[in-house]
Amino acid sequence: MKLITAQDISKVYKLGDIDVNALCDVSLGIERGEFIAVMGPSGSGKSTFMNILGCLDKPTTGHYLLEGIDVGRLSRDELAAIRNKKIGFVFQGFNLLPRTSALENVELPMLYNGLPAKERRQKAMEALKTVGLEERAPHHPSQLSGGQQQRVAIARALVNDAAIILADEPTGNLDTKTSAEIMELFVRLNKGSAITVILVTHESDIAAYSRRVIRFLDGRVIRDEEPVRR
Amino acid sequence: MINIPSTLKIALRALKVNKMRSALTMLGIIIGVGAVITMLAVGRGASQKISEQIASIGSNLIMILPGATTAGGLRMGAGTQPTLSVADAEAIKKECPAVSDVAPDLSGGAQIVYGNQNWSTVVRGTTPGILTVRDWPLALGRSFTEQDVKGASKVCLLGQTVVENLFRDMDPVGRILRIKKLPFTVIGVLTKKGQSPQGQDQDDIIYVPVTTAQKKLFGTAFPGMVRIIMVKAMSPEALDPAEKQITALLRQRHRIGPKQEDDFTVRNLTQMMQTQEQAAKVMSLLLGAIASVSLLVGGIGIMNIMLVSVTERTREIGIRMAIGAKTWDIRLQFMIEALTLSLTGGVAGIILGLGGSKILSVLAGWSTIVSPLSILLAFGFSGLVGIFFGFYPAYKASLLNPIEALRYE
Repeated sequence: MKLITAQDISKVYKLGDIDVNALCDVSLGIERGEFIAVMGPSGSGKSTFMNILGCLDKPTTGHYLLEGIDVGRLSRDELAAIRNKKIGFVFQGFNLLPRTSALENVELPMLYNGLPAKERRQKAMEALKTVGLEERAPHHPSQLSGGQQQRVAIARALVNDAAIILADEPTGNLDTKTSAEIMELFVRLNKGSAITVILVTHESDIAAYSRRVIRFLDGRVIRDEEPVRR
Repeated sequence: MINIPSTLKIALRALKVNKMRSALTMLGIIIGVGAVITMLAVGRGASQKISEQIASIGSNLIMILPGATTAGGLRMGAGTQPTLSVADAEAIKKECPAVSDVAPDLSGGAQIVYGNQNWSTVVRGTTPGILTVRDWPLALGRSFTEQDVKGASKVCLLGQTVVENLFRDMDPVGRILRIKKLPFTVIGVLTKKGQSPQGQDQDDIIYVPVTTAQKKLFGTAFPGMVRIIMVKAMSPEALDPAEKQITALLRQRHRIGPKQEDDFTVRNLTQMMQTQEQAAKVMSLLLGAIASVSLLVGGIGIMNIMLVSVTERTREIGIRMAIGAKTWDIRLQFMIEALTLSLTGGVAGIILGLGGSKILSVLAGWSTIVSPLSILLAFGFSGLVGIFFGFYPAYKASLLNPIEALRYE
């Protein structure tokens, strides 16, 4: 069974009287352990696609099967549970809670699946170790560099043993050197732990880390291929 | 699954970040709860005081006054016509089943002399029944007997004020004092009763047998006449039947025709006092209700600040939703925040209320009683306010669209 199966997914937004087709009949499959870059100009539908993959949004028509479950039929809370267990989000702006230590930020997803405090702490420390930040556990986001904050966010995405990491321009706010470090981390996670990584990017440098590039234009997939290697 | 300790921690942290704001929001609840507790304490103190006064005049008390005289069409006040007699009193005791005891009263002012001390007080002629009727036990000595009444003995019972003024620290029992120059033996001393509901000193009194008063102290043109008959009913429920039985009996004894007016007045003292007590209770409820308006206003303050907080933290809510917070996780987070505000304010308000009641009783001299129930009530009410006014902001937060919330700047 494929990890992700998208069948004729369309998404229509209503903007006043006008219907905007953000996605038109997108069909594709993603296997476990893939490393995918999603590219396309703004307005191409890639963000909408990522929101649907992340169970933050439902397709207007078509089916999105995640591990064989038709996500479109689930309730708000059921979607929240799936996001909690199967999906880890990494955002361009890091989206850590301010005034909250790195450790507690990483613990956050486990607050919502009822793990006891001790186990939460332990797993959060492990996740921080995976991203090489165990010494920064008590620091608040404001005391961390951009790269460190992004690594805390990745630890938070990992901590519930997510099957998929969805990263929306994860290096958009970082310099080239730090971007490379973050991408190495994704590669390591993808290879070592067989986590499926799907990231949105504008830069072909970043896309080059992946093993498959999906390009969007006007709500459709126009190319689905291996990246251009340097 | 909802994790209460962690949610509580999150809530407390959020409140700590905005200390000033949280404190000001709580102030509304603090003042509200404080006001409710203080007002209830004042009301309770007032009704307690009235209850004590009711107890001091004697429970289940009925007073019978003689009727008004009509002279040339001019009606005088109640008690101006000498229509009640000792015989009436005895008949009431014998024939009215709802009556437990009776004491007639014929009183007048008199100068009392003992040794080189003298004192002016009220001398009341009565029967031994007075002690039962007024629930007034003796502190020293004995009461006078039916025998003393029949023989018009010159014996007397003293109130505490009289003892203090004439005897200081001496034991007055067995000593002889002079009332209107006649020698009376002190046979007993009454316990202290304090002020009457009207503010008179009830202990400034001397009781003598009613016959002695009639024949030797306040000689009247009508032998056997008394000024008041005091009656004690069997129980609070027996007050109304007693009143009816007495009226019927006295009408019959005084030969009053069906169309004629009573030549006496029956007053149910206890009932009058109970009405007053009821009024005090109503007033305390009213005060409490007014005070709870401020609690309500405090609640609106909480709602206001929670709405601001939800808007400010839209992105945080988005993050939480993205990583798996369910509807009730978000709701509870904000409701616990609101509850923490209102309950912390409630506790501080209780302290304020206790302090306020104390200050009122010390500075203004009002008797205030803080009942545990009013504390519980105010605290519970502040909790309800938190839940009620916290729900809408929490509900609003839980309905945010995660995608939009994540984009919120």
